[in-house]
Amino acid sequence: MKTGGVTTHIPGSETHPVSPSKGLRRLDAIGRSIIHFVQTVEGLVAFALITFGVAFTKFNASPRVFHPLVRAQIYRAGLRLLPMTSFLACALGLVIIGQMVALLTRVGAQNFAGTVMVTVVVRELGPLAAALLVLTRAGAAYVIELGTARAMGEVEALEALCIDPIHYLVLPRVIGLALAIFSLTVYFILVTLVSGYLFAFVQDVPLLPADYFKQLAVALTWEDFALLAFKTCGFGVVIAVVTCYQGLAQPLHIEEVSGATTRAVVQSVVACVLLDVLFIVIYLVM
Amino acid sequence: MKDTSSPHPTRVAGVGGPVIELVNVSIAAGGRQHAAALEGTNWRISAGDYWVVGGLPGSGKSDLLATLAGLYRPLSGTLNLFGSDVAALSEEDFSAARMRIGLVFENGGRLFNQLSVAENVELPLRYHRGRTETETGERVKAILDATELTPWAENTAGRINLARRQRVALARALALGPEVLLLDNPLGGPGLQEARWWRDFLAQLAGGHELLRGRPITLVIACHDLRPWADQGKQFAVLKQKRWLAVGGRADLTCGDEPLLHELLATEFGVGQPGG
Repeated sequence: MKTGGVTTHIPGSETHPVSPSKGLRRLDAIGRSIIHFVQTVEGLVAFALITFGVAFTKFNASPRVFHPLVRAQIYRAGLRLLPMTSFLACALGLVIIGQMVALLTRVGAQNFAGTVMVTVVVRELGPLAAALLVLTRAGAAYVIELGTARAMGEVEALEALCIDPIHYLVLPRVIGLALAIFSLTVYFILVTLVSGYLFAFVQDVPLLPADYFKQLAVALTWEDFALLAFKTCGFGVVIAVVTCYQGLAQPLHIEEVSGATTRAVVQSVVACVLLDVLFIVIYLVM
Repeated sequence: MKDTSSPHPTRVAGVGGPVIELVNVSIAAGGRQHAAALEGTNWRISAGDYWVVGGLPGSGKSDLLATLAGLYRPLSGTLNLFGSDVAALSEEDFSAARMRIGLVFENGGRLFNQLSVAENVELPLRYHRGRTETETGERVKAILDATELTPWAENTAGRINLARRQRVALARALALGPEVLLLDNPLGGPGLQEARWWRDFLAQLAGGHELLRGRPITLVIACHDLRPWADQGKQFAVLKQKRWLAVGGRADLTCGDEPLLHELLATEFGVGQPGG
């Protein structure tokens, strides 16, 4: 008898098949989930390796087509998100950072404002907020675009014209997203720090702008700049690879595109958080 | 009608040397590596040939053309493109051989819907050829003029009608100046007037069009209605029960006793109906 993927055979029970127990069914479901998870990770890693392979072998190929595509992705995932980033950075600056500066001042710890700002905004909040913003605005759209293109046979059309789909569709998105998230993060951090101080200033916090920015400058080290660049570019690569994989790697029917989009968003968030944890470990080790 | 179980590729009154050759090839259904659409196919396409391959919807015509274009690898057997076994070719040489073959997909030609008509035609030129902007522009203009698409050049490809989409697909396939043109059910969408244009234009291509510097192109058309091509094709074949069967020349079309052949010459499949 076959129920939920588990085949149970009891000798002498051909005429009266017995359902597998609840425990077996649960075990079966867990096993399937593990296999599915491993297959997804395997697929993502393979897709990422193929993308890196194409990046090394064809980076300079067809610059007349490739460069405008990269610029278009930077515009789309970076420049077009500036208003939204400004709004979010101001809101976070006013709501969280301003309050934190005021609180630190109240307990007499205003000298640590710079250190706290660098730890919270530069290392964690800025990169994650920019990455999530880009994921929701551009990453999700990538899955829909590429999934639809795959469903409509456009990928085969590229191949028929001897145009590598990874080079034409994926690589510009990977580079565009990496640069866009890095740039947006820098912008986000600047706006958040300034707006946060402005809120604290309005609350009559006795912290001069010169002192505030001096504390920030002292708290920042060269490792912060280097790791910020690596981390944000890493987020961009991860989001682009996951969303492009979900859109392109398997043939989709139009009705499957929405499901793939949800999967891509969830997997991107998980992958970004895992990458973030890796960088936290690096910070702690350093 | 000749069965192709013999390992020697079938020739039907060709004029030039072989450009594409299938030797005992099994064709993958939909590109999947575990199901065959056609088995034991032996076929030699020579320069200057004008093949018309008929078959019922779902008989494997699209898979056959995709394999000829190098999109699908054969499940078994040998595929030779321009005299070289593709299995032995490097990636660069395989790409170079594939660029000499143009493929027009069915059902609207799988255009890049976000791009304009002109950009669709321009893309392969910009991607592959070391032409200047001026030369690319002139080539695109010449192709759009020849295919009478100039009035729609700036229209987004996703927003033009099916018949014009099919023409844009033809224009795009001609951009790189292919030596062989594969057309998957080109009259599946267009009406009567459009069908006439297609037949006339393909006849010009077969005879040597100025777009291709007067060089006659080799044509392979897959369709499920042989009638529009009965007086134009030079060699005919049909697909039946996973086999590729050579019919012969024009004269052999009507004198054969194959029921499928009569069906393909008599039936009128619905306009726009997808083939196989």
